[in-house]
Amino acid sequence: MKSKNRKQCAECKKSSTDHLTRLGIHSGKYDFTVALAGNPNTGKSTVFNRLTGLHQHTGNWPGKTVTRAEGGFIYQEKRYKLIDLPGTYSLLSNTRDEEIARNYILFGQPDVTIIVVDSTRLERNLNLVLQILEITEKAVVCLNLVDEASRHQLKIDEKKLMRDLGVPVIPTSARNGDGIPKLLQGIHEVVHGIYPCKPHRIRIESEQLKNAIDTLVGKLDEIYPDLPNTRWVALRLIEGDQSIIQAIKNGTFKNLVFDQTKKEEVIVA
Amino acid sequence: MNTSNNREIKNDKDSILELANSLRWDVGPNYYDELMESIYKDAAKIADNAISIADEKTGFDWDRFLDKLLTSRVSGFPIMLLILAIVLWITVAGANIPSGWLSTLFLDKLHPVLSDFAITIGMSWWLKGILIDGMYLAMAWVVSVMLPPMAIFFPLFTLLEDFGLLPRVAFNLDNLFKKAGAHGKQALSMSMGFGCNAAGIIATRIIDSPREKLIAIITNNFALCNGRWPTQILIATLFIGALVPPAIAGFISAMAVVFIALLGILLTFLSSWFLSKTILRGEVSTFSLELPPYRPPQILRTLYTSLIDRTIFVLWRAIVFAIPAGAVIWLLANIQVNEVSLAEHIIQGLDPFGVLIGLNGVILLAYIIAIPANEIVIPTILMLTVLSKTLTGFGEGAGVMFEFEDLSSYQTVFAAGGWTLLTAINLMLFSLMHNPCSTTLYTIYKESRSVRWTVVSALLPLLLGILMCLITAQVYLLFV
Repeated sequence: MKSKNRKQCAECKKSSTDHLTRLGIHSGKYDFTVALAGNPNTGKSTVFNRLTGLHQHTGNWPGKTVTRAEGGFIYQEKRYKLIDLPGTYSLLSNTRDEEIARNYILFGQPDVTIIVVDSTRLERNLNLVLQILEITEKAVVCLNLVDEASRHQLKIDEKKLMRDLGVPVIPTSARNGDGIPKLLQGIHEVVHGIYPCKPHRIRIESEQLKNAIDTLVGKLDEIYPDLPNTRWVALRLIEGDQSIIQAIKNGTFKNLVFDQTKKEEVIVA
Repeated sequence: MNTSNNREIKNDKDSILELANSLRWDVGPNYYDELMESIYKDAAKIADNAISIADEKTGFDWDRFLDKLLTSRVSGFPIMLLILAIVLWITVAGANIPSGWLSTLFLDKLHPVLSDFAITIGMSWWLKGILIDGMYLAMAWVVSVMLPPMAIFFPLFTLLEDFGLLPRVAFNLDNLFKKAGAHGKQALSMSMGFGCNAAGIIATRIIDSPREKLIAIITNNFALCNGRWPTQILIATLFIGALVPPAIAGFISAMAVVFIALLGILLTFLSSWFLSKTILRGEVSTFSLELPPYRPPQILRTLYTSLIDRTIFVLWRAIVFAIPAGAVIWLLANIQVNEVSLAEHIIQGLDPFGVLIGLNGVILLAYIIAIPANEIVIPTILMLTVLSKTLTGFGEGAGVMFEFEDLSSYQTVFAAGGWTLLTAINLMLFSLMHNPCSTTLYTIYKESRSVRWTVVSALLPLLLGILMCLITAQVYLLFV
């Protein structure tokens, strides 16, 4: 009886956010690192503010966040560090923003990456989601702006999405705070391995490309047994990505991350 | 690690890179397209699976309708201008009364109380002068003159931003920027500059080409910022509005400010074009701009955040800079050299040049004192006018007070300072075109990492402003 009550209560907003303590930019030791990625103008900064209690300026404006922001929160007695990455449409080209986001997810190895998605532009946003799922095992899709989507008569079946993508999909309306408790629950489940992520991998049709990747992956696995995602590195090497070629030449992959994502000050506009 | 081990690792690296190289030849040049195609295909399939469209017949698509209207060649610009004019008109009409209340409270009521208190506790005259007649008065003026227009204008502006209007402005201007030899994204950094130039300059990071980024940085100052909107609104209300019957005064003042803002945009184009044809020549890059959906603004939240982020932020900055400026002003007005105050020496020194360009010595000195923050220009002008003993009509120098019942009281002060319509027009022009504030200059330096471009950014608008004021003054004098 008692446990049933608690379970019901976990559904309601108040109780679930009770487990949340917003830490602002408080620094210190963290149990988990969470990266926040997504297309521009999908509400990443709003989600960031909701979770950390900070007041990063938000705006209906692609590219509003030009400096990287960090914040923290405690959920169910675990301390999380949250990193707001620049919004990008893809991870495949070589603009500065895409490099920062790509290298952080690939080499910074966050414990989970929240991918914020604009529900009203699902297909375009999924291009990025699929690319992120290529380079990380642990992700949560935050299906944001669902209030907008329903205003546009769009219905999105998050269960189907969850099945297709292989990671938790949580509908939210971050502006109103709807779905944030569930998002936290999703993060919690992924970092603790309660939810086993089986991320969707892009189906490559060209046999030639597939073989090329397999050959290179075999070689990479042999030489870098600890590298978490050899398939993506192989893809980038075939592409001729200079930053990865350099990283291999200089030795460690890890150094890449810390050079490029130095904390920059947040200026309120 | 020994040498042979090192060599082994090196060989491993080389073999990976060699393998990658040979595979790159195998897969051929279509590799990237094939990969993108695979991604798009998968994304489309997954999206199709998940989305269902509820009910088609509830059909009027507001977003498309608004986009057609707001980004159309014909109606785009007029509608945007109309919206800006309405926002400014509301500000002009609404700021007058609370401004009067605040002046009465801070200047007429509190100032004498503080003065008396300072005398009762036996404060020496110069300390009382610096603290009460200098620092306090500067702060009081900043609050009473600047707070009401800011508290009305900023929330309205933020509402428009939240609604999604600014990217449409950028969209409409994109083509013009390309014609000027600049990057289309400069439209975005310029729109940000309408809030704060320092923020606008940080926003130029979205421009990848260094050449186009520099153009965007140097010309950002022509977007009227938080610190200058209230100056424009005040001067327009007092001088331009006073020329016409009261019924349309608000509208005309608003239009005058719209005109200045438009002039700023025009100058942005002209100077961008000039730079791209002279010292910053090069190719124009292309880009794609996504129009964000219209989102119903969250009125209460916007009011709250714009009050905290913008109004209090800007006001606080103004107060922080006004307090030391107040002390400086008082000292200038009270340190005597050859029985004339320093302020008067400087004002009289600057006056011939000031008058030549349709301004006066007081305004020029105020702009020098107000380099740290544009927000304190008007309060500084007011203080200098009142404290300066040259204005014999206004009592015994330091500590002179008026009855500030409404905005027109300020007009009395300006009239005493010998202001004409020309002074007002040129002050509005000069406020648009002068060196950026110190915060912005520092940001320019940080972004460009170059003293040279920082100096260019400071001097270009300043020289342009002086030239423009000179021309206006000479033309005005021909007719009046």
